[in-house]
Amino acid sequence: MKAKVKLEKKKQGLTVQDLILALSQFWVHRGCVLQQPYDVEVGAGTMHPETFLRVLGAAPYRVAYVQPSRRPADGRYGENPNRLYKHLQFQIVLKPSPADVQDVYLESLEAIGIRLAEHDIRFEEDNWESPTLGAWGIGWQVLLDGLEITQFTYFQQCGGVDLDPVSVELTYGLERIASFLQGVESVYDLRWSEDRSYGEIRLREEQQLSVYSFERSDAPAIRAEFEIHEKEAKGLLEGFERAKGPARERYPLVAAYDLCLKCSHLFNQLDARGVISTTERAALMARVRTLACRTAQYFVQQMSGEESVPAGEVRA
Amino acid sequence: MKKSLERRAELLFEIGCEEIPAGMLPRAEVELRALLEKALEAENLLEGASVAAYAAPRRLTGVVYGLRVKQADAVKEVTGPPKSVAYDSVGAPTRAAVSFAEKQGIPLHKIQFVSTPKGEYLAARQVIPGRAAEKILAELLPRVIHDLSWPRSMTWTGLSGARFIRPIRWIVALFDGKPLRFSYGDVSSDDRTQGHRFLGRPNLRVKNFRDYEAKLRANGVLLRPEARRAKIEKEIAALIRKTGGRLHEDPELLNLVTFLNECPSVLQGDFDPAYLDLPDEILVTVMRGHQKYFAVEKRNGELAPHFLAVINLPKDPKGLVRAGHERVLRARFADARFFWESDQKCRLADYLPKLERITYESRLGSYRDKVERMRAIARWLAEQWYNLGMKQAHVPDADRAAELAKCDLATEMTKEFTELQGIVGGLYARAQGEAPEVADAVYDHYRPLGLDDPIPGNLTGCAVALADKLDSVAGCFAVGIIPTGSSDPYALRRAAQGIVKIILERKLTLSLSQALGAATRALHANPPKLAVAPEREAQILEFILDRARFVFREKLGFAYDEVNAVFRAGADDLVDAHHRLDALCAIRKTRNFEPLAVSFKRTRKILEKADAKEKGHALRPDLFELEAERELHAAVREAAARVQVQKRAGKYREALETIAGLRKAVDRFFVDVMVMAEQEAVRRNRLALLAELLKEFTTIADFSELGGEETR
Repeated sequence: MKAKVKLEKKKQGLTVQDLILALSQFWVHRGCVLQQPYDVEVGAGTMHPETFLRVLGAAPYRVAYVQPSRRPADGRYGENPNRLYKHLQFQIVLKPSPADVQDVYLESLEAIGIRLAEHDIRFEEDNWESPTLGAWGIGWQVLLDGLEITQFTYFQQCGGVDLDPVSVELTYGLERIASFLQGVESVYDLRWSEDRSYGEIRLREEQQLSVYSFERSDAPAIRAEFEIHEKEAKGLLEGFERAKGPARERYPLVAAYDLCLKCSHLFNQLDARGVISTTERAALMARVRTLACRTAQYFVQQMSGEESVPAGEVRA
Repeated sequence: MKKSLERRAELLFEIGCEEIPAGMLPRAEVELRALLEKALEAENLLEGASVAAYAAPRRLTGVVYGLRVKQADAVKEVTGPPKSVAYDSVGAPTRAAVSFAEKQGIPLHKIQFVSTPKGEYLAARQVIPGRAAEKILAELLPRVIHDLSWPRSMTWTGLSGARFIRPIRWIVALFDGKPLRFSYGDVSSDDRTQGHRFLGRPNLRVKNFRDYEAKLRANGVLLRPEARRAKIEKEIAALIRKTGGRLHEDPELLNLVTFLNECPSVLQGDFDPAYLDLPDEILVTVMRGHQKYFAVEKRNGELAPHFLAVINLPKDPKGLVRAGHERVLRARFADARFFWESDQKCRLADYLPKLERITYESRLGSYRDKVERMRAIARWLAEQWYNLGMKQAHVPDADRAAELAKCDLATEMTKEFTELQGIVGGLYARAQGEAPEVADAVYDHYRPLGLDDPIPGNLTGCAVALADKLDSVAGCFAVGIIPTGSSDPYALRRAAQGIVKIILERKLTLSLSQALGAATRALHANPPKLAVAPEREAQILEFILDRARFVFREKLGFAYDEVNAVFRAGADDLVDAHHRLDALCAIRKTRNFEPLAVSFKRTRKILEKADAKEKGHALRPDLFELEAERELHAAVREAAARVQVQKRAGKYREALETIAGLRKAVDRFFVDVMVMAEQEAVRRNRLALLAELLKEFTTIADFSELGGEETR
């Protein structure tokens, strides 16, 4: 196999799995809970409830996890060296944001073998926004010799709720960092482990999911699924408004959020299939956002033990 | 006064911050200086001091030299009751005197007397000692931080915490060599700054500005933007000399990298010459927009396979940084090539149906609909010009270019590089063998993007650009999207300004109202099939004319009142209005003109004041009573005939000179004649004469607008 020959020739830099281990270890030592990827399809690590729900409310929290993130429209049948249907994000949330967070972040780069003084590392303005989550933050993309390797964001709002305290979110792009460390031009040439390449592990999945997303997915069926999940989510959210006492405390808002995530992924599938116009696109995104915002709002109430505000006053 | 003996000292103030967006720093630097000056002025501390400010990614620094260490003492004088009330006949103080002294808090014997026109009064003079600058500064500097304005600020400790553009991590405040103590948010000021992230040491104690700047330099930070810019320029020049080519000049990028790096140096990287097959526009956009690299040209102006990157390090001894940047650029170019090839698997026109899915505005439909409207307007424009004898006007070209203009919005290349909209379409059209006139028109049709941006290069491009902008303005107004204050999401001001610039710079014969008529007809004949009410149309026209006034003033430098004078006489034909403005501007300096303008103003006022039933009567020479009336009447008739001829020949300067020649007759009239005469018939006749004067001679410019209060 061509990939194997290449692997034997050059062996610089951490493997993908060692990179994950090194980052996990680094952040666990700084007080993070090491969580697992979420088991519902998401487009970004931010959508994991360990970020979306944890940044709400006042309780301090620190978490680290890998999140495989699906972006169906970015699928390239495994033919593009850098664009992927599914890529790996390493996500950190620190709540509240510590004053030395930039320094600690830079230490984490040293921990994975980047000598800071030998590289051009900069923080360039890039404010992050997720219209489907009703979330935004202020921050930068971190560039390493011109390569974007991390999104660094001070979360200001999530699900339409102003955040207090402010959490900081670090999202490392694992494929890019690994490519940099290993000096390869194509992600498929990355060494995942000492004897397996990224291509061996993931190429088939990229090919088949691209074929599905662009050629075989059943748009009417996906639309119907969207409606079903949205309807169920709405029903759940309405039920929360009426719930009282212990029923309110154990009310399954987390399940409503799962349904919201489903809708978000189904929307991405429709988008990749090219069956939605710009106007409809905005409308569908607004529907997902409404679910996300209501969930966030209710979740805050649930945590603080407040009673519901009338539905009319809930911001979308 | 002991002013010269006042001791003076230096203030050093640094706001240490996580990386501030480079694009915001130049303004922040200016604002910091202005805020310091304003705050010191308000505390009577500015006199004799000088303020400077410097911005770098992690710091905003202000320094004030020659600042007083103490405010000047202030004298406060309060006037009390009259002496006659405060002291009795034997000169003993009354209750009034005692209570005044008590109220002012000074002993009775320190009360003084002041003489006023109304007699002698009691007065209390108090000297309020100036406060120490140190105390004032500790209160004033946090306010300065607070008052700095940013496009979008953030909190980092929580909702009740401080707001700034990025988290503040340290503050240096030194006055007269001693730290000032205050806090802002979660940070307390002291005398320690931070060097470059990777090259410098943290927590550097500084004594004064000189020491501060020197320590920063030793720790990898060039504080002054001019110094950083000069270093970048010098290193660019040296590298360019080695390549034997020249720099693809980019002043904006130079400014950006100056504020993006604390320790800038320049490195040269190379790329595979095979990528030079791609159009220069795309290569430069990839290098500049995404990577902030300067492009390099060969002597003949073609791109060379090199780039210059400005890095935040003094050097790159192992070439690691260079290799990294080259690798990133390679991937970016590979993407661009992929788009270039895959987009062109079908022809540009084949993207037309895909425009149906791209909404322009929900009520105005898709870009597919917009294209149909643009075609109708562009055809109408080309036809107009063709009928006027313009040889380059070609209706089928205008139609084709309008049809293709928006196709690139559906291509991958434009989705990736949105700033290349239009340009991508033009490049594809050219590569696919469209007529050069059409391809260039597509390429240019978003132009002009600003007051100083050039207009489209050919007439077809002007037609398509006008069609696009007229449709945007007419359509958006029709559905109620009207710019207000800072809100102009569809950039209608820029569109209207573009319309004006194209007409003026290309010297196009075009009636604005008719062109707008073509746009509203297109809006009615095509989806969304909207009818535009006449009042709305008048509002749109006024909106465009307002931008035209702006262009005449800000771009062409005409005075406010001159523009108003000419526009009151009509500006539907902007090129004609421009000629009239030139003539007015030239004649305004001549002797007779200003007095005549004053007379016209007076004339207008008289007519405005006169009762409605006094006006509109036929002029009857037999009712003239005085020689001055007859003289003015004869002069008006004679001048009017000449002005008619001169105007028709486009000789506005001469026509205005003819009008200026009326000054003597007008002056004499106003000296000798009392317009509002007792006798009704005489009075009405005189008003009629003035009305004729105004009517005949305000069709080039309405002079009564001149020399008003609003001279800008």
